[in-house]
Amino acid sequence: MDFPVFHLDFFGNRLLIAVIASIHVLINHMLAVGAIPLIAWLEWRGIRTGDQRWDRLAYRLLVVCFIVTTSLGALTGVGIWLSTSLVNPSAIGSLIRVFFWAWFFEWTVFAAEVVLIVIYTLSWQSDWARRRKRTHLALGVLLAVNSWLTMAVIVAILGFQMDTGIWTAQPGFWTAVLNPLYLPQLAFRTPFALVTAGLLMLMLAGFFTRGDREFRDRAVRAISGWTLVFCLPWFAGAWAYWRAIPEATQGNIPIALTTLAFQHYLGPLQFLIFASVAAVVLLGVWGAAAPRRLPASLLIVPAVLAVWQLSYFERVREFIRKPDVIQGYMHANALRPVDYPLYAEDGLLAHAVYTPVREVTEDNRLAAGREMFRLTCSRCHTTHGVNSVVQKFGAMYGWQEWDPQIMRLYLGSMHNTRPFMPPVPGTADEHAALVDYVIALRRDPAGLHGAQTAGAAGRDRLPAAGTD
Amino acid sequence: MASIADWPLPRDIPLPLPADSILLQTLLVVLFMWHILFVNLMVGGSLLTVVFQLIGRQRPDFTVLARAIAGTVTVNKSLAVVLGVGPLLAINVLYTVYFYTANALTGGAWLAIVPLVTIAFLLTYTHKYTWDRLANARGLHIALGMAGAGLFLVIPLIFLANINLMLFPGRWLQVEGFLSALLLPNVWPRYFHFLTASVAITGLFLLFFFLRAGCPVETKLRDLDRAGLRRLFYGISLGATALQLLFGPWVLFTLPGHGMSWYLIGVITTGVVLALWAMHLMWREITAPLARAMPRAALIFVLVTLTAFAMGYGRHVYRESALQEHRALMAAHTQDAGWLAAAAAWREATGQQVLRIPMGQRVFESTCAACHAQDRVLVGPSLVEIAGIYRDDPGGIAAWTRQPGRKRTEMPPMPAFRLDNETLQAVAGYMLERVAGPAPIEGG
Repeated sequence: MDFPVFHLDFFGNRLLIAVIASIHVLINHMLAVGAIPLIAWLEWRGIRTGDQRWDRLAYRLLVVCFIVTTSLGALTGVGIWLSTSLVNPSAIGSLIRVFFWAWFFEWTVFAAEVVLIVIYTLSWQSDWARRRKRTHLALGVLLAVNSWLTMAVIVAILGFQMDTGIWTAQPGFWTAVLNPLYLPQLAFRTPFALVTAGLLMLMLAGFFTRGDREFRDRAVRAISGWTLVFCLPWFAGAWAYWRAIPEATQGNIPIALTTLAFQHYLGPLQFLIFASVAAVVLLGVWGAAAPRRLPASLLIVPAVLAVWQLSYFERVREFIRKPDVIQGYMHANALRPVDYPLYAEDGLLAHAVYTPVREVTEDNRLAAGREMFRLTCSRCHTTHGVNSVVQKFGAMYGWQEWDPQIMRLYLGSMHNTRPFMPPVPGTADEHAALVDYVIALRRDPAGLHGAQTAGAAGRDRLPAAGTD
Repeated sequence: MASIADWPLPRDIPLPLPADSILLQTLLVVLFMWHILFVNLMVGGSLLTVVFQLIGRQRPDFTVLARAIAGTVTVNKSLAVVLGVGPLLAINVLYTVYFYTANALTGGAWLAIVPLVTIAFLLTYTHKYTWDRLANARGLHIALGMAGAGLFLVIPLIFLANINLMLFPGRWLQVEGFLSALLLPNVWPRYFHFLTASVAITGLFLLFFFLRAGCPVETKLRDLDRAGLRRLFYGISLGATALQLLFGPWVLFTLPGHGMSWYLIGVITTGVVLALWAMHLMWREITAPLARAMPRAALIFVLVTLTAFAMGYGRHVYRESALQEHRALMAAHTQDAGWLAAAAAWREATGQQVLRIPMGQRVFESTCAACHAQDRVLVGPSLVEIAGIYRDDPGGIAAWTRQPGRKRTEMPPMPAFRLDNETLQAVAGYMLERVAGPAPIEGG
């Protein structure tokens, strides 16, 4: 509404953020938050036992973490910011107003984290570190605390997006930070990171120690033990988090429909989730009890499971917060529910900034429909690409002639039957124009160009009008 | 550029700023200075590495210097990225609408920052760590350095195009993609201004870097001694700063006039005077007898730092004044939109009959009807009389409303209405329509 609309019409804007954010969260959890304490623990084992092999293994694991986190990890972090501010500037702009000081604090911690990991890694083999091993270990512990703190801050914002709690009634920094989902999600994520990092490090350790069978067994046993130990708080955190979620969604989504909407997601996958968790526990027990019998090639399995579990968790989290991007404050389409009555009276286009059409007339129906699509659908849907709006209607009404009258009725009530969709804003005329545009799109692969190529003024080509 | 009334007028984020605006502005200027210092060192360092490596083919000392400079670049680039997040946060919160609009309009390039920076970093690392391994393939090694430096030359353009585009809402409707944003006035002058500054700052940094106590200059270099290094790096810094006498005025004179002020000229003149003083001292250092160590270095350092602050503060002053008027309009518009939404929500909540009233009619009734009636004089002339003057010219009504003259001295003068052009056109259209026919009433 108030920003030119960036749009990727093939991959879709969701996928852009999802890819960047998934890479970032995998690196953050498996190579920083969860891995650094494990590495410091291995270094400590080396000091305690006097066995240099622990120290060497810890260092080799750290080098992997160092290279990946300071390049791809750091830049995908910036990438999340750049991509979300392109796709939904209203949402990220609002979040920054509320969470500015949290982000600011997170930035100082992040800066310290970068400095610390550079020192911790590059000084590992120096004479200084050999003489002052305990001081060097203290650096590692400090680094682990810093890594956890950066995550702890961001989880507050993620929790807020899912449940704003009392913030809408009492706006303020602390009412936003201490949202109902913050602590449960943090209690879940912390051991989740420790477990998944353990699984990845298990694979790497198996690879790094392949020449020394005896030490390999010891390393596998130790890291399997680490993973098992954190499984318990992981399950407890999952339980706390799961209990907090329905309270968050109760307010705006009828429970019955939630289960309806979740059915095709959770149904077949529920089994997979439990199976993968069971596999993690079994492999952990196996590795801790009889490491010699655990073939090295099998160590890839837990690492793959960890990647899948983390990605799947993020996907579910993103799904739960729908239809809002900031629960109760802003829908995923970047419009605020409080503005809906105004749009219903005047029309959405009348209040949009970058639209060549302000009022629907007979001559501009398609242009009006295109602008409606741009403003209300394009944050999540494409014309013909991923999550295509044409495909959605095709899946519902088949591929015979579509009845515009029925489609209009559907747009008016869609949010009741699809609770993860926000209501379509605007007037009946605008809904009708949007329907005409979608019907025209079906016949014409014209697509929709974002402001990044076509400019803000909505000058791109329209699909051909007319019937078959 | 069209008048400000024709600029796009979005609503701002309707949430309060997280802190006092002055505090946030101070944070922005100070944090940005730290960020740009390391960006300068990263860009200038990677350029000088390549240039020195090329010179090194004839004069081996320069290859030694190039290798040492390459070592500083990888550290400075990490600091440049880490220190960039703070000012990015500050500019996001202070100029949300302006910055994000510029980002969206150059979206492809804006996103490309992530892979481009990643590749540039990897190239710089490869270049740094293959110095010995590629000893027999010098051409390839220099090419790696050039590719990295080349990317470092491109990436700042993306940031510059954004930071420039955000200042000119009047251009937002014309821009189509990053390349067209590059064609706006002031992008290229600022780019060259930035590049020369990078070389100047890096020259000074390397002077301190190589002449620091304990730097093994005597053992590593054959022909160059400390005096020679001093001349070399002061020379680079002085030459680049001298170029700014060309680029500086070019930047200033291509700046669109709507943000100019004498205060800004004062700030920039201060910076120029400090820079001239620093240049004079550098010249004295270059030509001074070589026996003494660097007597004026500390003062030169302070002067250059103050110059950078004056210029950094100057650009902030320009940004604030260039956007001042549009921001005031936007603040008023945001507040109005909030009231309109609240009123509509109240009507919906109380189940009142909702009539769809066209915008022109609504604004007319809430803003104009207290003074202008259909066919009699209230405070101002009647609509019939107005329609007689502007029969087919709603734009004339809009222009008058923005900047009214005074025809009737017996009545109070009409105040200027700072409504955006679209609203004014709608109101004017409604006024003429209402005289031409019966007032349209639509059921909704």
